[in-house]
Amino acid sequence: MAGIYVHIPFCKQACTYCDFHFSTSLKLADRVIDAMVTEIKLRRDEIKSPLKTIYFGGGTPGILEVSQIEKLLKAIQTHFDVHPDVEFTLENNPDDTTQLKCQGWADLGVNRLSIGIQSFSDWHLSWMNRAHNAAEAKMSIQNAIYSGITNLNIDLIYGIPGMRKESWEENLSKAVDLGVKHISAYCLTVEPGTVLGHLVNKGEEKPVDDEAASEQFEFMVDFLEKHGIKQYEVSNFAVPGSESRHNSAYWAGAAYTAIGPSAHGFTGHYRYWNIANNARYCQAIESNKLPQTVENLSRDERYNEFVMTGLRTTKGIDLERIKTNFNVDLRREFEAKMKQIIEDGSAKIENNILSLTKKGMFLADGIAADFFILEHEN
Amino acid sequence: MKNIRNFCIIAHIDHGKSTLADRLLHYTGTISDRDLQEQTLDDMDLERERGITIKSHAIQMDYEFEGQPYTLNLIDTPGHVDFSYEVSRSIAACEGALLIVDATQGIQAQTISNLYLALEHDLEIIPVLNKMDLDSAMAEEVTDQIVDLIGCDPEEVIPASGKTGLGVEEILKAVIERVPAPEGDPEAPLQAMIFDSVFNSFRGIIAYFRIRNGKIKKGDEVKFVNTNKKYFADEIGTLKLDMVAKKEVSTGDVGYIISGIKRAKEVKVGDTITLVNNPCAEAIKGFEDVKPMVFAGIYPVDTDEYEELRASLEKLQLNDASLVYEPESSAALGFGFRCGFLGMLHMEIVQERLEREFNMTVITTVPNVGYIATTTDGQTFNVNNPSELPDPSNMAKVEEPYIKAQVITKSDFVGQVMNLCIEKRGILKNQVYLTSDRVEITFELPLGEIVFDFYDKLKTLSKGYASFDYHPIGHKESKLVKLDILLNGDQVDALSALIHRDNAYDLGKKICAKLKELIPRQQFEIAVQAAIGTKVIARETVRALRKDVTAKCYGGDITRKRKLLEKQKKGKKRMRQVGNVEVPQQAFLAVLQLD
Repeated sequence: MAGIYVHIPFCKQACTYCDFHFSTSLKLADRVIDAMVTEIKLRRDEIKSPLKTIYFGGGTPGILEVSQIEKLLKAIQTHFDVHPDVEFTLENNPDDTTQLKCQGWADLGVNRLSIGIQSFSDWHLSWMNRAHNAAEAKMSIQNAIYSGITNLNIDLIYGIPGMRKESWEENLSKAVDLGVKHISAYCLTVEPGTVLGHLVNKGEEKPVDDEAASEQFEFMVDFLEKHGIKQYEVSNFAVPGSESRHNSAYWAGAAYTAIGPSAHGFTGHYRYWNIANNARYCQAIESNKLPQTVENLSRDERYNEFVMTGLRTTKGIDLERIKTNFNVDLRREFEAKMKQIIEDGSAKIENNILSLTKKGMFLADGIAADFFILEHEN
Repeated sequence: MKNIRNFCIIAHIDHGKSTLADRLLHYTGTISDRDLQEQTLDDMDLERERGITIKSHAIQMDYEFEGQPYTLNLIDTPGHVDFSYEVSRSIAACEGALLIVDATQGIQAQTISNLYLALEHDLEIIPVLNKMDLDSAMAEEVTDQIVDLIGCDPEEVIPASGKTGLGVEEILKAVIERVPAPEGDPEAPLQAMIFDSVFNSFRGIIAYFRIRNGKIKKGDEVKFVNTNKKYFADEIGTLKLDMVAKKEVSTGDVGYIISGIKRAKEVKVGDTITLVNNPCAEAIKGFEDVKPMVFAGIYPVDTDEYEELRASLEKLQLNDASLVYEPESSAALGFGFRCGFLGMLHMEIVQERLEREFNMTVITTVPNVGYIATTTDGQTFNVNNPSELPDPSNMAKVEEPYIKAQVITKSDFVGQVMNLCIEKRGILKNQVYLTSDRVEITFELPLGEIVFDFYDKLKTLSKGYASFDYHPIGHKESKLVKLDILLNGDQVDALSALIHRDNAYDLGKKICAKLKELIPRQQFEIAVQAAIGTKVIARETVRALRKDVTAKCYGGDITRKRKLLEKQKKGKKRMRQVGNVEVPQQAFLAVLQLD
């Protein structure tokens, strides 16, 4: 299992809640893409096995010209061994998802689109400073299906201050009615340094109400399941068989190469991330240097990551595997914690696999942290 | 002997004692410019930060006056009520005292009680008006206060400033001319009083003494009268900035002895040193075995660190003989120690030293005073821990320690101070106007009430213009009940407190509310209850955490998120697991932080 993540650091405009790395000026686009082509070449030996997933994320890959996407894809095909059954995902926004572009992407081999719809309510969309409206959201799905890309994900956001349960239900119903097979539903997160972060700090916007968010979360899990869309990770839901292979690989600890400013990669032994600055990224690559920071992982750190990502998925964590790979006997070393989360209905153990229930899933971080092992303990 | 002068300094905290002492040392050439660190006499970091000299020290100055060489022994005194016995022994080692009063603030309660001690010992008092360089100095008014208090001539009050050096020469002159030379018989059997001791990791315990009669020579076999232990004087000498070894120290002088003593407990302040082969007829009067006044449990946050805590306490005790401890166990906290302290400040110091010097993370339980319980069958025993209190059905009576407390404040605040003391079950005993706007109020109060937030309240309501001093006056019978705290139905013994029955409901409610504030929301709901016996008298609920998960965890989020959760886990490790509930350290002292 291996994949490649390509970060396109450009957006049409800034959303109030977003803290990803992007620029709203396309001035540097061609230079950045050329640099990324070079980086693909520089990283060609990082991964030996064939790529089973290609993921263009961002930013907004959809705002690029199809020819620019093609240039990057060609470089990948030149320097990496691409599996014939590759999952090729491209993130885009409804306003970029025109019939023409969809056709162009389909012709390149893109077989999965992840559309940043966020909401089917115009009021919420303008609150988030999104570039599209509800009508464009629906149209984008139709355009994609018409071009033959039927493996679709849509992003939705809940937990918005003042959001009523009814309006969340309406959003979910629309998604179900439009026949999407995959939904990534994110609870709104107030990140420092974002427009929303400033507003909340100044008291001009309410913070996320945990009670309301947790009600919307539980409602969603049940509602989607009723419609055949099953939760498989904290924020991810799919018709069985349509789960994102690329993202699932992150949670399973698989290796992935990263291309582009701010992109993060993992070789199985160490993690690295590129500088989050387009100009400096280009300068480094143009002199054949990788502008990356490397983090070597200790066994405990790999264990912590395994637990942290594993508990977010409905697959859970395999206690036997943890014993073999990390020499940690969770049942024994965290006996009291294990007992508590099972008794209070936050988790279950079946066939030696520990997984969180609907209730536990919304507390996954705290539960994972409880199972962490800190360096100095050894 | 006629050229020796032994004197101490009486001053309130922050009245500039240490800075002025530095000036004296500098002027007499005892310390050079280079050595002149700020507050030379306070050598523990903690002391310097708090601006209080916790442990007294002594230093010798050589000074020539009118052609005659003089030896001036300055004995430093601790400035806090917790250490009043040590102050009394320092005073007993002197013939004179500098009474240093801050010209901007006037006389404080602490100063007065130490002054009374000095007068009891017939010390010659040299009044000094310090901080005269400040614009806010009220020279006349404060001089009047001093004149009223000690009945001296206004001309005798020396204006001074530790900052500018004003008055230093005059102070030295006064010490030589007014403080009497020590008396005693150099040929009589040795009789020396220990007034302090310090721990040195290379040399063991170093005891400081003042010789009343006789002399001590290097190599002498000596006996400490009260502990009845014998040692050899491996090294003796006098105290300059460093120790100066001598062959002999004689009557009237102040010196040190090193004799391979390992434990501070063997060296008791107030004890008498004499010679084994030529002992004195009787010990010097005034010796007391200092008894702890406040007790609290100290537990390691991490139960694995019990042995480490024991080792740390042992080491701490090497240079803090007034700290006592014994092992105890708590259902909630596991194994730890019940420690006895001289007072609340002493307790805080011990806790801070454990954390700073020994890198221990500890939980200190609710402090309590020492009670005396009598059972129905007539047995009487000490209760130093609420959990030791006999079942109410077997108990005839409980007595709690009382103190005589003196508060000096501005007349504007008399009403508030009285209200506070009455609220704390105090009985007014006396009220004296020291000057037209300074009042001394005397109360009898249960010591247990001082343990709870008394100082903070006094400070707040008097806007800082109140000083406080106390002395124990014995035990009195009282209507006490044991207030228990339950978390999710489990009694947390470390949070139990003995309190007066009339305050139980109010206090129970406040403690529950405070705990609700201090215990973070967890994955389940937590019931916080206060109970007397089986009767629940108050309840609060810490609601369950509803959301504790980040929305996204993709390739780029994993490192950041792992680090975040590792930090979270570290934070949790500083909390103590009681049943399922994680209780932060400071929650165990919740009772001390009530509004």
